[in-house]
Amino acid sequence: MSEGIGASVLRKEDKKFLTGKGRYTDDINRSGQTHAYFVRSDVAHANIKSIDTKAASAASGVVAVYTGEDVAADGIGGPICGWVVPCRDGSPTKEPPHPILANGKVRYVGDHVAVVIAETLAQAKSAAELVEVEFEELPAVVDLESASSSAEIHKEVPDNCYFDWELGDEASTDKALESASRVVKLQVKNNRLVPNAMEPRAALAEYDDVSESYTLHTTSQNPQLTRLVIAAFMFQIPESKLRVVAPDVGGGFGSKIYVYAEEAVCTWASKKINRPIKWTADRTQAFLSDAHGRDHINNVQLALDDNNKIIGLRVDTICNLGSYLSAFAVSVPTYLHGTLLSGVYDIPAIYTNVKGMATTTAPVDAYRGAGRPEATYLLERTMDAAAREVGMDPTEFRRLNFIPKDAFPYQTQVALQYDTGDYEPQLDQAMEMIDYKNFENRRSEAAKRGMYRGIGVSTYIEACGIAPSAVAGALGSRVGLYESASVRVDPTGTITVFTGAHSHGQGHATTFAQIVSEKLGVPLANVDLIHGDSEKNSFGMGTYGSRSLAVGGAALVKALDKVIEKSKKIAAHLMEASVEDVEFNEGKFAIAGTDKEKAFGEIALAAYVPHNYPHETLEPGLEESAFYDPLNFTYPSGAHIAEVEVDPATGVVEVVDWAACDDFGNLINPMIVEGQVHGGIAQGIGQALLENAHYDENGQLLTASYMDYCMPRADDLPSFKVGYTNTPCTHNDLGVKGCGEAGAIASPPAIINAVIDALSPLGITDMSMPATPLKVWKAIQDSQSVAAE
Amino acid sequence: MYSTKYVKPNSTSEALEAIKSLNEGKFLAGGMTLIPTLKQRLASPDGLVDISGCKLDSISDEGETLRIGAMSRHVSVAESAVVKKVIPALAKLAEGIGDRQVRNRGTLGGSVANNDPSACYPSAVLALKATVHTNNRSLAANDFFTGMFETALEEDEIIESISFSKPINANYIKFPNPASRYAMVGVFVAQFDDGVRVAVTGAGEGGVFRHEEMESALSSNFSADSLKSINIASDGLISDLHASSEYRANLIKEMTKRAVA
Repeated sequence: MSEGIGASVLRKEDKKFLTGKGRYTDDINRSGQTHAYFVRSDVAHANIKSIDTKAASAASGVVAVYTGEDVAADGIGGPICGWVVPCRDGSPTKEPPHPILANGKVRYVGDHVAVVIAETLAQAKSAAELVEVEFEELPAVVDLESASSSAEIHKEVPDNCYFDWELGDEASTDKALESASRVVKLQVKNNRLVPNAMEPRAALAEYDDVSESYTLHTTSQNPQLTRLVIAAFMFQIPESKLRVVAPDVGGGFGSKIYVYAEEAVCTWASKKINRPIKWTADRTQAFLSDAHGRDHINNVQLALDDNNKIIGLRVDTICNLGSYLSAFAVSVPTYLHGTLLSGVYDIPAIYTNVKGMATTTAPVDAYRGAGRPEATYLLERTMDAAAREVGMDPTEFRRLNFIPKDAFPYQTQVALQYDTGDYEPQLDQAMEMIDYKNFENRRSEAAKRGMYRGIGVSTYIEACGIAPSAVAGALGSRVGLYESASVRVDPTGTITVFTGAHSHGQGHATTFAQIVSEKLGVPLANVDLIHGDSEKNSFGMGTYGSRSLAVGGAALVKALDKVIEKSKKIAAHLMEASVEDVEFNEGKFAIAGTDKEKAFGEIALAAYVPHNYPHETLEPGLEESAFYDPLNFTYPSGAHIAEVEVDPATGVVEVVDWAACDDFGNLINPMIVEGQVHGGIAQGIGQALLENAHYDENGQLLTASYMDYCMPRADDLPSFKVGYTNTPCTHNDLGVKGCGEAGAIASPPAIINAVIDALSPLGITDMSMPATPLKVWKAIQDSQSVAAE
Repeated sequence: MYSTKYVKPNSTSEALEAIKSLNEGKFLAGGMTLIPTLKQRLASPDGLVDISGCKLDSISDEGETLRIGAMSRHVSVAESAVVKKVIPALAKLAEGIGDRQVRNRGTLGGSVANNDPSACYPSAVLALKATVHTNNRSLAANDFFTGMFETALEEDEIIESISFSKPINANYIKFPNPASRYAMVGVFVAQFDDGVRVAVTGAGEGGVFRHEEMESALSSNFSADSLKSINIASDGLISDLHASSEYRANLIKEMTKRAVA
């Protein structure tokens, strides 16, 4: 089938989005709707002495003003932690309260102090200016390395340490470090990022006093989980009394996984005032209060033997989780990070310790890649540093340490078992694509123009398809991570698919339809996808961690198999044959060895107009559901090679070429996959060269707008060369692994390795992210003054 | 934004009358600074006097000078056949301001009156020995810019047009701030019969300024080589997240070299 699996068909959803017909939360309006505006803290850390809302309450158009006291009086709880880990000393993760409106204390600039609800947004804003808050300021805690000895942020979190976690065998790792012929040491920092989804967060909350139920339209990557958390944990109401709808959502990158204060406040208040409430973040609010990403400091020690084989790896990490624990904040630097430290390498001893710290900054949680970019960055930077120290080409040093292809399934020393992989062909292909062997000619040619040219490699692995629930549960997850799918066949053979995954840019309407088209032999146009509505969809876990296809797609295949199984029974009855003799191919049910056949549409009609039907053994109708819980993570891997030129006069780094060879298993729609790779690399280039969330020592976010926070633009990017190898996943029916985060995981170390390679003639061996013109120029100046001494 | 009045008069004199009737009225040109300021509630004028109907957008070659109406949009300057022919460097500067949307709205007069230290136009005004014509006087560029966001404009004074002297040769090179893409350093070099002018924007704590040492070096030898021995002091230069004053000093020299190359 030309529209089935493997076809680069154009996206079904694009006509809507490209013609401005997308329907986002802020596009939806209700009769009698009010508008909420949040009074936010403008200081990083303070006790609230008093809040005077009298003038605001009396202001024109104001319907209500609420503070944390009102929330507490109604017994409304805060967002919960979805994942916790045990500490080294056996104590649990410290989980401080997270009130949806501050109760007594504020802990970051942007923290929610009060909400003003008015007839218009302008009136709400004007009244918000009249809310008088008296703060008793406390010292801000911004610097990660000194956070443990700084001011106490939560009384429940001693030394500002949420958890102190470890993984791996410390004794054998330290023994490897002691016996090593060489130990490569490196400290790297993973810079803090602001997610910057194109659509800011928004909510529209309504209460129906007849049915006594709430409806919340919100910008969520997993509306089902939002419903569960708000209803059962925060409001303690029957889950059935809350409907959550995530309509079109304009990007998430992780930041829209979690339940946020604003949507919960609007939902709660919609009952109090018995009117709909709309809230939409402006860009400044998004900068201040969306969960940020990354923000690690990693100290790495890599032990090598005489033959330059890796014999041990120790990584000591401190990470900044901000003012409150966001839903999956704990899992990101632990089980999504520590478990990836073996990379694509055969490492016999690994140990890692991670300290998750509280600071007076916005909460930090998953951001495209979530833990895996941090692991890949530290490992791939260290691989290059080691190659340099031992005098080997970085590709040769990697090859020497790759897990050999006959070693799969491969059990790492950090809990994961890789099912399949073959790393040398990826590297070979990427090197061929970028013409690695002739790089030195290009370096010399650039030098004649006064430019420093460098090449940088990153061979990564990631764990996707999150996640086998039993494993996740054993590791501290409080949720299951299966996915659901339902297939409803109409009497005329058209099909509606319901999925618990949620598309906010991924193209599910197309790829899920392609799977249906492939399996049932129906045209793509006959398949529609419904997602994002707790009233319509079965319970599902949403979209993140490159899981939609590997888990949700696998669930869809299971539901389709049930449809085919039932259809065969109907076909057997209609053609008076035995079920065993019915073969299904390209949309036709045929009896083996005869010319009898029935089209899929005929079977559907028979199912719904069951005049001639095996009623004694079969129900009418053709609608099937399935849940799928994966047996393992999936393990996409690949080789990315970046080539850069550095202008020593200005410090500007230009990315001039890029080769990516990824193994995502089977591809459903190569065009969409390539788009994901491009977008991921663009985000990685953003992290490596441009983006940085910078708080000053008072906890003020200095990069709170696009005037200072530098997003990648088209002219920052080269034309990417994208290729694939394929070792299909062994444990899902589609053989798919996931592709949504790979680019963002692979690319930052490739760029920084390339920058360091470019500047290596100057004796430069380190460069931190983002490698801004100022920073690169300063490094060049410093190297020259060293050379002059 | 706060609610405010809006009027759109048809002439400068009507505009002046309109502003007098307001307590804290503001002239609105392209609004590329004023509108975001209003949206963020950082200003609350009781009225906006939109001067886009005041017929201040003509561009004419007046022999010795090129006269551009204050309300000329950046896109008009960038695409003007006259500007491209007479002072192509000025068209190039306008073409590099902001993005397409900004160039369709932003104006020469608005940019110069605001004198943002990172704006491009002030460097052209200073380097091209421009004269700023207002509703009641003409000011030489040297006397017009008085400091960061400061000009010699009086309260309720409107720039009507600006006359640029025609150089033998001119060029504008900017190093954009990576995030905002405003000039982190922008250098306008203009060569005249009687010498060279070098105006620097984006870098000075006091706004746009001329660099006299480079001017005299280039006046005697108009080549990048003549700048070699010049040391740009970092005193008085802006230092921020994106660029230290030392880095800006480096960029001033580098951009000037590129402008004359």
